[in-house]
Amino acid sequence: MSDRLSVAKTYKLYIDGKFPRSESGRTYPVTDAEGEFLANASHASRKDVRDAVSAARKAFGGWSGATAYNRGQVLYRVAEMLEGRREQFAAEVAACEGVPTAEAMSTVDAAVDRWVWYAGWTDKIASVLGAANPVAGPYFSFTVPEPTGVVGVLAPQSSSLLGLVSVLAPVVATGCTAVVVSSADRPLPAITLSEVLATSDVPGGVVNVLTGRADELGPWLASHADVNAVDPTGASAESRVDIAQQASGTVKRVLTVPGDDPDWTRRPDISRLRRYLEAKTVWHPKGT
Amino acid sequence: MSVWEYAPAPESRDLANLQPKYRPFVDGEFVDGGGEPLTSINPATEEPLAEVGTASESDVDTAVRAARRAFEQVWGPMPGAERAKYLFRIARLLQERARELAVLETLDNGKPIKESRDSDVPTAAAHFFYHAGWADKLDYAGYGPDPQPLGVAGQIIPWNFPLLMLAWKIAPALATGNTVVLKPAETTPLSALVFAEICQQAGLPAGVVNIVPGAGDVGSLLVRHPGIDKIAFTGSTAVGKEIQYAVAGTPKRLTLELGGKAANVVFDDAPLDQAVEGIVNGIFFNQGHVCCAGSRLLVQESVAEELLGKLRARVSTLRLGDPLDKNTDIGAINSAEQLAKIRELTAAGEDEGAERWTSPCALPERGFFFAPTVLSGVEQSMRVAREEIFGPVLSVLTFRTPEEAVAKANNTPYGLSAGLWTEKGSRILWLADRMRAGVVWANTFNRFDPAAPFGGYQESGFGREGGRTGLEAYLHV
Repeated sequence: MSDRLSVAKTYKLYIDGKFPRSESGRTYPVTDAEGEFLANASHASRKDVRDAVSAARKAFGGWSGATAYNRGQVLYRVAEMLEGRREQFAAEVAACEGVPTAEAMSTVDAAVDRWVWYAGWTDKIASVLGAANPVAGPYFSFTVPEPTGVVGVLAPQSSSLLGLVSVLAPVVATGCTAVVVSSADRPLPAITLSEVLATSDVPGGVVNVLTGRADELGPWLASHADVNAVDPTGASAESRVDIAQQASGTVKRVLTVPGDDPDWTRRPDISRLRRYLEAKTVWHPKGT
Repeated sequence: MSVWEYAPAPESRDLANLQPKYRPFVDGEFVDGGGEPLTSINPATEEPLAEVGTASESDVDTAVRAARRAFEQVWGPMPGAERAKYLFRIARLLQERARELAVLETLDNGKPIKESRDSDVPTAAAHFFYHAGWADKLDYAGYGPDPQPLGVAGQIIPWNFPLLMLAWKIAPALATGNTVVLKPAETTPLSALVFAEICQQAGLPAGVVNIVPGAGDVGSLLVRHPGIDKIAFTGSTAVGKEIQYAVAGTPKRLTLELGGKAANVVFDDAPLDQAVEGIVNGIFFNQGHVCCAGSRLLVQESVAEELLGKLRARVSTLRLGDPLDKNTDIGAINSAEQLAKIRELTAAGEDEGAERWTSPCALPERGFFFAPTVLSGVEQSMRVAREEIFGPVLSVLTFRTPEEAVAKANNTPYGLSAGLWTEKGSRILWLADRMRAGVVWANTFNRFDPAAPFGGYQESGFGREGGRTGLEAYLHV
């Protein structure tokens, strides 16, 4: 039995590929399901939201312009990194969610598999959702789905990893970039996921992770003119109304999400992918 | 350049079969609306055309209840193949009454008869024909087996393409099994009420389609009515934002087709004469009352002078006047209010330093007319480069490199359409990828087809109309 004192980790935000503290200097204590202290998490502010949105906007051109095959490989690489950290994620999920280790492990496995599922979609979306349009005239007309832009994601409050992966992976699979607000009380798996993203080949800024309060940060994301879509999943019922109203100021796409937390273990369909895509129709005359 | 003189060739206004009074259509019947009646006028002559009954709050409520009953008892349970046959009937009836509808549309809206005859009415019929075929094939639309309708759709349409926008709204809603309450625009309600008669002639079950004329207050009643499951709106971005705010936090679904400030980008290798035709079509089609109008011309600096010369010469030949005349290119501005807005913005362009050139064409003594106008030397910061004018006014800017063209084209909160003119195929595809717009026309402009999805990025709205993609707006998916 060793007497060695372990090296504790400082949990920070993930913005533009780096790990800064909140500019506000705020932190809040994170406890396990029994109320035992686990760590201090950064309590992100409006300024952190703005930094993260600016990073996500900067990263959008490169990420959306990458080939679908490249994005698929990069996202698959994330799954490989997740797999390598299964034990760590399971320990964090078990602590945060108060579930037995075996159950936590199966949740982690489901999260990895979910990421793989979405990684495989990048180069199929256009085939499935695009079209050659049989127009009545001498024109070639086709429709392609394109990423809508920067997406503000309020991650589920209860499902700290599987729920997070289920709402984040479809955003980046479409070629959008993301600003994620993690579960407030269960943020540790989200921070560990950002370490995974940082050590994969995901370019900095494609995913930005803020720990803090969805009800505080959601309206700032919804009113930010450089955000194109918002997923209000992690917000309270009252806050969702506020977010939807704020979003109207710049005609943002706001996801319709169920009132209660869904069963994240259920097999997803492609509806979340569709929400982050814009159909673009291109016409050109035919002639000699 | 010599200009051909044309003898007048007016279409007969009697063909419109104009009635002295039109009434709201609720639950399969024409009813006396409880609202204050409005008078629809001919914008080309300022003469009253007809009195139109408008819907009161209780009329809207009755219409929504009728639509709900029809949805639950008749239209929802009806097999798709039967719904399809009703829509095919409507398409045929529109074709049969095409000439009447075209004349009526031109009288009420002010658009040239050649456009209502060759574009608005036939494309409206095509939308019903196209969507009719979907009604019993929704299992194959890519939304899983047996996708379900939303219920009752409240639809609010603009005055620029009255019948065509009605078709864009009603055809997909009905094909997917929804019922509708539609509000036509205050200044152009007539063709929607003739469409109601067509619904009767088609034997469409009562309550499936309800038409409630009125002003913005009637639209607001629809938006706030708790019995409506979905709002579909086409109109200005300002009103679209109000609607999005109003439905926030409710279970209502929403699609918006809003304004635009499209860039029409001309490169130095473009066939300039062909590009000029496209530029003219892009901004002067329907007097520029088009949300996807190519209102910002971006021309490569090296050909700017040459192109402007050709453009002015061509625009000088456009014939402005009686919309019923088959030779007319530019008809009337739809309303005095819109005319005032166009004048105000154009003057702002001059004040901010743009150079104004206006076609020397004569304007009729009566009616709302605005001569085709080209503003050159426009800078990105000017209002005429940023705000939608919704009239026959083109703002011209220049660029040097493809990268600069992309940056300028995308420098707008809108994102509805874009035009590209170049002979180089690889450049077309490179640019098409980079345009943040829902529709990109390369070496053409203003093409519409029911099979081709249409709709905007960013503040031009969300949701698509047309094609397989367009069905999503009316399905629980």
